[in-house]
Amino acid sequence: MESVTTVSSGSTPPQVINGQVSLDASRYSTREINDFLHHQAALLGVKQVRILNPDGQHNLAVGLDLPVEVEIAGHAGYFVGGMNKQAVINVDGNVGWSVAENMMSGTVRVRGFASECAGASGHGGLLVIEGDASSRCGISMKGIDIGVGGSVGHMSAFMAQAGTLLICGDAAAALGDSLYEAVIYVGGRIHSLGADAREEPMTPQDHDRIRQLLRRAGLERDSRNFKRIASAKSLYHWNVEADQEY
Amino acid sequence: MCGIVGLQIRNREKQSQLGEWLLPMFSCMADRGADSAGLAVFTTPVAPDVRRFNVYSPDRQYNWQKLRAALMQRSDAPVDLEAVENHAILVSALPPDAFRGWLPTVDPSLHLLSVGRSINIYKDTGHASEIARRYGFGALNGTHCVGHTRMATESAVTPYHSHPFTAGEDFCLVHNGSLSNPYSLRRRLEKYGVEFETDNDTEAACRFLEWRMRTGDDLETALHAAFAELDGFYTLLMATADRLVLVRDAFACKPAVAAEHEEYIAISSEFRSLAHLPDIRNARIFEPHPEEIYAWKV
Repeated sequence: MESVTTVSSGSTPPQVINGQVSLDASRYSTREINDFLHHQAALLGVKQVRILNPDGQHNLAVGLDLPVEVEIAGHAGYFVGGMNKQAVINVDGNVGWSVAENMMSGTVRVRGFASECAGASGHGGLLVIEGDASSRCGISMKGIDIGVGGSVGHMSAFMAQAGTLLICGDAAAALGDSLYEAVIYVGGRIHSLGADAREEPMTPQDHDRIRQLLRRAGLERDSRNFKRIASAKSLYHWNVEADQEY
Repeated sequence: MCGIVGLQIRNREKQSQLGEWLLPMFSCMADRGADSAGLAVFTTPVAPDVRRFNVYSPDRQYNWQKLRAALMQRSDAPVDLEAVENHAILVSALPPDAFRGWLPTVDPSLHLLSVGRSINIYKDTGHASEIARRYGFGALNGTHCVGHTRMATESAVTPYHSHPFTAGEDFCLVHNGSLSNPYSLRRRLEKYGVEFETDNDTEAACRFLEWRMRTGDDLETALHAAFAELDGFYTLLMATADRLVLVRDAFACKPAVAAEHEEYIAISSEFRSLAHLPDIRNARIFEPHPEEIYAWKV
């Protein structure tokens, strides 16, 4: 299939060839790129998108809701892949704050490192950070699965409600503070656990869950090296005798 | 929100490109703060018996030659002058304390921006691009520089509240964030005779660090004291004549990214302002950790 789109204000429209399209972020604005992905890509039968020269720009490929594969050829800025549904988004570089924030489904893969709040409040889908993730990784996650090849910064999985955070490296201070039903697996050292987070014995189900997530994330690690961190649930109910000393 | 940038040229032959490489970094970060902007540039030091005095005037057509003549008379020595509109660099043998006392007697509207053998500071209210164009940032050369684009959140928008802040000689600091205890810090420092020029929170941090260093600390020790004393959010980027130093608060609330390349060290609030740098793809790019001191020797 070959067709030419009619979007973009004043710019030459991107050419779609055999379901593939390249969008040069130095030629098209972020708004034009996202508008194309939201409103034109599905109509034109686009299956693969390559975003060139991202140069750390913010908000690339946010709010997608179509089964498309997006390759971002370089470093991306804040919120890349935010609110994603269905799409598979790969970033061939590092990302700024809040990658895949509030993702619903699909996959976001970062081949470099991620700045703060990676996968924040994600409801579903898979986020893979092949390098390190910074602080507050998986904060308030609500069902997303996150695989981190390296280490995570402080306050990761803070108030995490559902889903899995798998950390192959180390975790900095206050891991899993005020954790709900999300489960954290850590392959390396844990600097400290946050309030109400505790280490629990590993079960065969945990090993299965880790193996599956490692496989989906394309991370090659031995599931036997992980520790399970989950909520002690002591914050679930108000304890009048605790005297505010949690 | 504010933007910070820093650039150090490692390859001495490329120092003439400092301004050219810096300019897009600086202008890009105006997106994070468009009310004021400033830059400190470190260049070849002047002789040990003279100082660079950077002076700001609210008058864009200020008669700097007149000031130069008055300074020559006061110091009984030659004075070099380099002036652009409302900014002047005067190189003089008058001791810094004497200069500080003398300047307001000549014209109380003038503001002393910096003192040192290497440092020049340019800052004003307005958009970073306009300030950069006025002072010719693109043509600056030197060993290293730190810049700031401000979005004021805690004190007035004036040229004097803009960053970089300086204290003592050949030291400057830019700050992204906000401090919640600048007044208590200030009251403590005032007991030791430290004088303030504004009510800006960053000035308190700057004078605290300079005071610690003046009373015996090296910058690392002073920064460890600052970690204990400063309450609030901060990414601080500092420069001395021979170092570029970066720290973030314990919660790493404000962003920073650093790029180490064999030809340069570049620091910014966001990667996108570094994307144009030559061969950036082969730089080691990383996000600084909270309460760790990153220092690069010039």
